[in-house]
Amino acid sequence: MSRHHSISLTVNGERIDAMIEPRLHLTDFLRDHLGLTGAHAGCEHGVCGACTVRVNGATVRGCLVLAVSLDGATVETIEGLSDSGAIADLQEAFVTHNAAQCGYCTPGMLMSAADLIDHACTDDRAAIREHLSGNYCRCTGYQAIVDAVEEVAKARMGKGGAA
Amino acid sequence: MSVPMTPATLGLSREDLPNSYIGRSVPRPSVRKLVQGRATYTGDVTLPRMVHAVFVRSPHAHATILRIDTAKAAGMPGVIRIFTGADLAGVCEPWVATLAHLKGMKSAPQRPLPIEKATWQGEAIVAIIARSVAEAEDAAAEVTIDWAPLPVQTDMETALDPDAVLIHPELGDNLVFTRTAEAGSVDEAFARADHVVEATFHTGRHTGVTLEPRSILADYNRAEGTLTVYQATQAPHMMQGVLASQLGLAEGDVRIITRDVGGSYGIKVHVYPDEVAVAAIAKVLGRPVRFVADRFESFVSDIHARDHRATGRIAVNTDGTIVGFDIDDLTGIGPYSVYPRTSAIEGNQVVNLCGGPYDFAHYRCRTTVVLQNKTPTCQYRAVGHPIATAITEGLVDLAAEAIGMDPIAIRRKNLIRDDAYPCTSPAGMKFEGLSHHKALDTLIAMVQPERLRAEQAALRKKGIYRGLGFASFIELTNPSPFMYGIGGARISAQDGCTVRMDPDGSVVALSGVTEQGQGTEAILAQIVAHGVGVPVERVKIVTGDTQVTPYGGGTWACRGAGIGGEAALQAAVALREQLASVAATILQAPAGSLDVVMGEVVDKATGAARMPLAELGRLVYFRGDTLPKDMPREFVQTRHFITKDYPFAFTNGVQASWLEVDTDTGLVRLIDHWVVEDCGRIINPKLVDEQVRGGVVQGIGGALYEHCLYDEDGQMRTTTMADYLVPMAAEMPDIHVGHVETPTGESLLGAKGAGEAGTAGAPAAIMNAINDALRPFGARVLAQPFTPERILAALGRC
Repeated sequence: MSRHHSISLTVNGERIDAMIEPRLHLTDFLRDHLGLTGAHAGCEHGVCGACTVRVNGATVRGCLVLAVSLDGATVETIEGLSDSGAIADLQEAFVTHNAAQCGYCTPGMLMSAADLIDHACTDDRAAIREHLSGNYCRCTGYQAIVDAVEEVAKARMGKGGAA
Repeated sequence: MSVPMTPATLGLSREDLPNSYIGRSVPRPSVRKLVQGRATYTGDVTLPRMVHAVFVRSPHAHATILRIDTAKAAGMPGVIRIFTGADLAGVCEPWVATLAHLKGMKSAPQRPLPIEKATWQGEAIVAIIARSVAEAEDAAAEVTIDWAPLPVQTDMETALDPDAVLIHPELGDNLVFTRTAEAGSVDEAFARADHVVEATFHTGRHTGVTLEPRSILADYNRAEGTLTVYQATQAPHMMQGVLASQLGLAEGDVRIITRDVGGSYGIKVHVYPDEVAVAAIAKVLGRPVRFVADRFESFVSDIHARDHRATGRIAVNTDGTIVGFDIDDLTGIGPYSVYPRTSAIEGNQVVNLCGGPYDFAHYRCRTTVVLQNKTPTCQYRAVGHPIATAITEGLVDLAAEAIGMDPIAIRRKNLIRDDAYPCTSPAGMKFEGLSHHKALDTLIAMVQPERLRAEQAALRKKGIYRGLGFASFIELTNPSPFMYGIGGARISAQDGCTVRMDPDGSVVALSGVTEQGQGTEAILAQIVAHGVGVPVERVKIVTGDTQVTPYGGGTWACRGAGIGGEAALQAAVALREQLASVAATILQAPAGSLDVVMGEVVDKATGAARMPLAELGRLVYFRGDTLPKDMPREFVQTRHFITKDYPFAFTNGVQASWLEVDTDTGLVRLIDHWVVEDCGRIINPKLVDEQVRGGVVQGIGGALYEHCLYDEDGQMRTTTMADYLVPMAAEMPDIHVGHVETPTGESLLGAKGAGEAGTAGAPAAIMNAINDALRPFGARVLAQPFTPERILAALGRC
């Protein structure tokens, strides 16, 4: 077992100690070791966005981050953000607008949407589309997702008319 | 009950009933788990002693397997066992994918893993079973296969030449199927017509790219002799039958459980050799085996579709009358027809659907389906429709151009009149009721083409080239056994639903149709709530378990709402009558005087509340001692439904695309897109709109970006999501959706399918819009995808 390395990190506020192989990426670590299956493996080379999570507050592709590099890190997944209520308004808007069909892209899409809303909030549809263009959705055609994000952006920016 | 059930006899007015959920945009309850990452996809399921399958796949498109050496791999850490084709030969019967009603069709026997040779790059050859995926992948790298590469047949155009490479020599040639439909007298009519326009169209080979890859977890219990399979599939009962017959089990000993499915679009309705191998291996090992395809495997082993070349002629008179169509379609389907739906259906659909929206007399369409050394193709969202629509609508636009007629005017002149139904198309398709003209009128009101034409003319003077394109289409939905059953496939065209009330007044409905994100469960809940008379929140829907739900076909060919929904409605209405009848006995009210409204037994005449359903449940389930001895105690009803009068419930629609072509770069910018479709009764307007939008974007993918490219050796060159382009948010337009409702009379519900309309018409609308933009240059593109390179080539600029 000499190939295994010890890491300690915080995932969704919970202290995790684990022995892992250096080749294990964060998505597999979350899914297979911690049972956090909200992050999905879609392409495993950083293109589809289905595995998007937060590491130390930054939005990252779980499949492009080796778990062994995360000793001391803070990781947040869709499960954690759901429990904390941090993106409750986005989630509610996704429900209202039916912005999820099969749902496989949805956790990653919400992560990317939250990144935009939190850091560069805009209700410009073209800007929203541009920001989400690293997250592949095969079902919706994206319009309902843009509608949902636009609505939350307007609300967060204090613009009237948002539900 | 000799009086036929109609909305009137049931006291239902679907539109006006206060507690009706039909026609309302009720939010889907299941979205909450999706947005919290708390869905359960097949790859999320783990079982005790579960092991993992990884496949060694053929690096060659066509090669003989001389020797497989697994000795080193077998000794690698974590490896449980390794299986070759020979190892599974005694466990699993081969299958041949033909249908009896597709006359003359042939295909070769296919095994879960081939024994003698590989016939496409990416075909699974060896299965490694290990404790983890990583360990299995390590071992896979140590498997040595000695190959003798064979000449490769990739080009479908030469697949029937005398010197073609035979994929399966025992078949004699590479011809899988050919069929010609003919009506009227084509040669004579074309000779007499004022104009005949000819063109050759290509639709690019592309694939579904479900974000959740194909996934299966198979577990064989030796004590019970039962195989339990968790699978991301659209058709659990079909898979139950297939796995039972191939593995020598009784159907009743095979259970398919389908949890959440991460997109399907037809990709997950087929039998894949690697997935059958996993089930066979689970039977051998007597423990759970899981396989989740990676993205490379998805690209080379998920079915592809739409690799068609069609040369078409349209005959038109100077006054704009369409005289006829004459079309020759060719498609390459890879080395095997895919089981059990076959790979001849797409070509057959082209024959059935070309010219579909129009009133004309002379028709000839031939499809030729051939083998080649590429990934197998099969049914993918809108099967054949985007091809037929591109051919038809491309030819109609070319005819309009030839006679100097406006594209809208030629459609108005030739679309089948809205009062002409029922009628039969020259291809033999029976139409119950369509609304082409009303749909076109609705679309024109939304698009306002005069405004866009003015803008187009003004911008052309500035060197900006925009185009407006239209495409009318028909869509085949609610298939009867005429699709597969008559050909001998055990694919159910009927579907069932069981609806029951539990003691607290809550309602559970078990349905044979399935959910992959369309919102099937949501519309079933609406229908059941409406039919029983309870708040929609009180209804739970169960799908995707062959041991639990009534037998059914699943969700494909736009049958979920029309077939599964009707079964649910009939079962729900029957349960309501049962509830009212038992309540009448208990309340000593006259028979037929009670109704159920929003969870309450009420007096039908006055609406006065008589008893909550929870009280009725309490009495019947827990205090049966207080009730009359001979009173029925069932609060459960099952109904099955199948269409009977029409082989298919056709829908119709029309799309328009407004776009800009950069004549320097060849890039297309989509500005606006409109769809008007008629899917009959709309159960949930928002879900229908979202099906249409998602379908349009999938059509846009095929029209502009997606292409499975191969080199001359049959190596697929687009095997990552960086190489194979899919539509992303930034390039997509907002899509405006309008509706016409022409319910089918075959059911109480009146619903037809809606899931494929967007995909059916979008590529043709975009093609016509691009060619409208290019018209000042005398340039046109007819080969999808319409890449910058192809557009620049058409402009003579590269």
